[in-house]
Formats: sequence, structure tokens, C-alpha cells
Amino acid sequence: MAAADELAFHEFEEASNLLAETPDAATTSGSDQLTPQGHVAVAVDSGGSYGAEEEAEESDRTALLQEEKQQPGFWTFGYYQSFFDVDTSQVLDRIRGSLLPRPGHNFVRHHLRNQPDLYGPFWICATLAFVLAVTGNLTLVLAQRRDPSIHYSPQFHKVTVAGITIYCYVWLVPLALWGFLRWRKGVRERVGPYTFLETVCVYGYSLFVFIPTVWLLGVLALSLSGASLVFTLWPVVREDTSLVAAVLLSTVVLLHALLAVGCKFYFFQPLPLEHLAPPLQATSLPPDVLLPLTPGAKTT
Amino acid sequence: MAKAAESSGDPGTTSPRPLMRDLKAVGKKFMHVLYPRKSNTLLRDWDLWGPLILCVTLALMLQRSSVDSEKDGGPQFAEVFVIVWFGAVTITLNSKLLGGNISFFQSLCVLGYCILPLTVAMLVCRLVLLAEPGPINFMVRLFVVIVMFAWSIVASTAFLADSQPPNRKALAIYPVFLFYFVISWMILTFTPQ
Repeated sequence: MAAADELAFHEFEEASNLLAETPDAATTSGSDQLTPQGHVAVAVDSGGSYGAEEEAEESDRTALLQEEKQQPGFWTFGYYQSFFDVDTSQVLDRIRGSLLPRPGHNFVRHHLRNQPDLYGPFWICATLAFVLAVTGNLTLVLAQRRDPSIHYSPQFHKVTVAGITIYCYVWLVPLALWGFLRWRKGVRERVGPYTFLETVCVYGYSLFVFIPTVWLLGVLALSLSGASLVFTLWPVVREDTSLVAAVLLSTVVLLHALLAVGCKFYFFQPLPLEHLAPPLQATSLPPDVLLPLTPGAKTT
Repeated sequence: MAKAAESSGDPGTTSPRPLMRDLKAVGKKFMHVLYPRKSNTLLRDWDLWGPLILCVTLALMLQRSSVDSEKDGGPQFAEVFVIVWFGAVTITLNSKLLGGNISFFQSLCVLGYCILPLTVAMLVCRLVLLAEPGPINFMVRLFVVIVMFAWSIVASTAFLADSQPPNRKALAIYPVFLFYFVISWMILTFTPQ
């Protein structure tokens, strides 16, 4: 099994340039023969800009895929195992790709290569939720040292809130985005969306940058993360009318900003609204003491 | 422990006190966790009594007093319980999805038993908290928790690492690290009110 995996990976390496040029070519046929675990047949819809001759090849290949491969039903364990079919080096490579977004370098084509995984998004979200809660707690501790009248408490419920918010964001927003792009594909033939799992994957990996920069949870993290989302979505929406593209991209960036700002205010404010400290003490402190860490304001 | 046959499923043993036999098995596994070396005892004769005892002890010690308000205190008993078991199940599922060849209950058994060092850390922290509060108090607790956290990681890695294919070991071990980190965090931020 390990040898088969090795072979599959090397094949990807050789074909990476080809893939980057013709991202719509179905590439899973080779690896299917080598790794008998059923990969989910990722239907890559062809973007119209690459010409009609690709379409014929495309339909031939997808027909072949459907004949050759038995897709495991979604009630079997093997179905879910196909989403975790990644190696350590692949996950690290995808994380690196999300950290450094480049305009021409599409995350989905170069790094995912039609093989989205759920390991990255799931554990990045879990880590982010805990890091936010831990850092929020640390902020409270530091604020208490500065001003002993602030009542310190572990505030454990923030972990739950963080977890739920982040997981909902990574599942619901890609769902809405995917649904919208599919609808636009129906309206205008030339818009080719990513699959749902690829969208979830992109969102999950784009959240990684928040983890190390949690102290600077402000413009820097937001711009890196938002840029990686925008650059990934750009090739898909540029075929659409410029109005729709602009509205979509700005909505994506706005939602992302809302997440970042919401997290900042919820986790890093040492005197939250539901706090136990008596309101008298809260109002007697000047406002700039209440937010000892305002990195967003300082780093602009 | 000179007895060789400690397998719990053996009907041939004429032990009149199965409770003592089970307790001895649990105790033996505790020793294996405290002195981790590559052995198959935890994996072969898995049981969930030890993890249950440890989890209940930890949750009892960590639960917030009734003085704290609903929202601002530390975790409740049920929350600790859910975190430990749900976390262990998630890590086990993750390891199986990545292609590990360990069984579900064996993995739960290992993860549960390796909470032992952190339970010891909780006991020590509670004792230290009876003394004068201050930075030294905190440094002692921090040191104890860090050492026990490292011990838990080393112990669980010794048992779990071999069950994963070599190119995915880090992917399977990272969630274990996160799991024990969260528990250590809960222990460190515990303040009796």
C-alpha cells in the first residue's frame, strides 16, 4: 500500500506542470489504478475558456472513470476514508500554499489537484477554536495583572462558542458560495465552479493563517486570508459579468472580515458585556484600558 | 507482577475474586503508562475501566463550584467528561480514517490511560493552590503541568505511533497533542473560588 501511494504521488509531481496549464483535465484516472481505495470521482466542470476540443476529451475521460471505478456508497467507511487520503507532506504543502497567496497560482489547481481532503479543514478549525479561546483567556489574565479589580475566570464557554462559530463558517459559507456558483453556471454557461469539497478545503486552509498571527488578529491576518480566498475564486468568476464577480468577491471578503472582527471583539475584550465585574468599575476605567490589545488599530 | 496470564477473557482461571483481577489489570496498565516502553499490554488487553476512573477523577476535581456563574466559570463535570470522551473518539476516528490499523477500543484505551499523568498534575495543582497565591505558585503549577503534558504525549506516542503508516504519523499524532494540550489548559487555568 505504501508503495502504491508513493507511485501515485510521483505521478502527480511529473504531471504538475501539465495540470497547471490545463487545470480542467481529469487527472485521477492514473491514480485510480494504483490506489484501489475508491477516490471520490471529482467531476471537474470545464471552464469554457479552454476551447471546445477539451470538452470531447473531458467527456471521454469521465465516461471511462465512471465505468472503471466503483464509487463506494456514502454509508461505507471507505467513502469517508477517501477524504483523508493525504500524507503529511501534502498537508504541509497545502498549508504553505495558503500562507502565501499569489495571483496566478491557483490554490485548487496547484495544491489540491482535484483531491480535496477534509483532514486539513477539520483540524485547522479545531486548532483555531482552541487557540482563540486560549488567547482570549491569556488576555484576561494579563488585563487582571494590570488591574486587579477585574475578576478572572476561566470562561470555558468561549471554547464552545468558538468551535461552533468556526465550524459553521467553514461549512455554511462554502455551501452558499458553491450553491451560488452552480446557479450562475446554469445562467451563464461559461462559469465553472469548484466542487463543494474543494470550496470547503479552500476555506479551511485559508483559516490557517489566523493561528500563528492570533496576536495580530487584525489587518495582516485578514488580508492574507482574504487574498488567498479571492485569488482562488477569481478564475471562476472572471467569466461572469463584472458586476456579479465584484459583488461576490466583496461579499466573501466582507464575511471573512466579519469573522475576524467578531472573534477579536468576543475573545480579546477583557471586560465582556456579560462579565461579573460590577458596572461601576467598568465605567470608571478609561476605554483604552479596556482593550489592552488592539493590534488591528496599531498595525494599520 | 509475576503473573503471565492476565487476559481478562480467559474462563479457565479459577479466580474467586474477579474484581481484584480487574483492579490488578488496571494497576498494571497504570504502571505501563508511568514507565512507557514499547509493549503491547495496553493494546492487547484493552479495558475502559482505567480511563473511566481517570476521567471521573479529573472531572470531579475540575468542576467549578456553585459560586461561579453559569457562563464565566470553568467547565462543569459533564463538560470535562464530554471533552475527554468526544476528543478520544474523534482522534480514534481520525487515526482510522488515515489508514491506521489499530482497533477503535484499543485506541480509546490508550488515550484514556495516558491521561494518568495529567490527573496526577491536577492533584498536585490542587495541593499547590492551598498555599499562598502568587507568581511562584503559578510557576510551580506551570512546570508540573508542562512536565506531565510531555509525559502524556510521550506515553501515548509510544503506543500509537506504530499503528500508522510512516508517511502519516505526524497527521495522526497532532490531534493527540491538541487533545492533551486542551486538558492541560483546563488544569492550568483552574482556580478554586
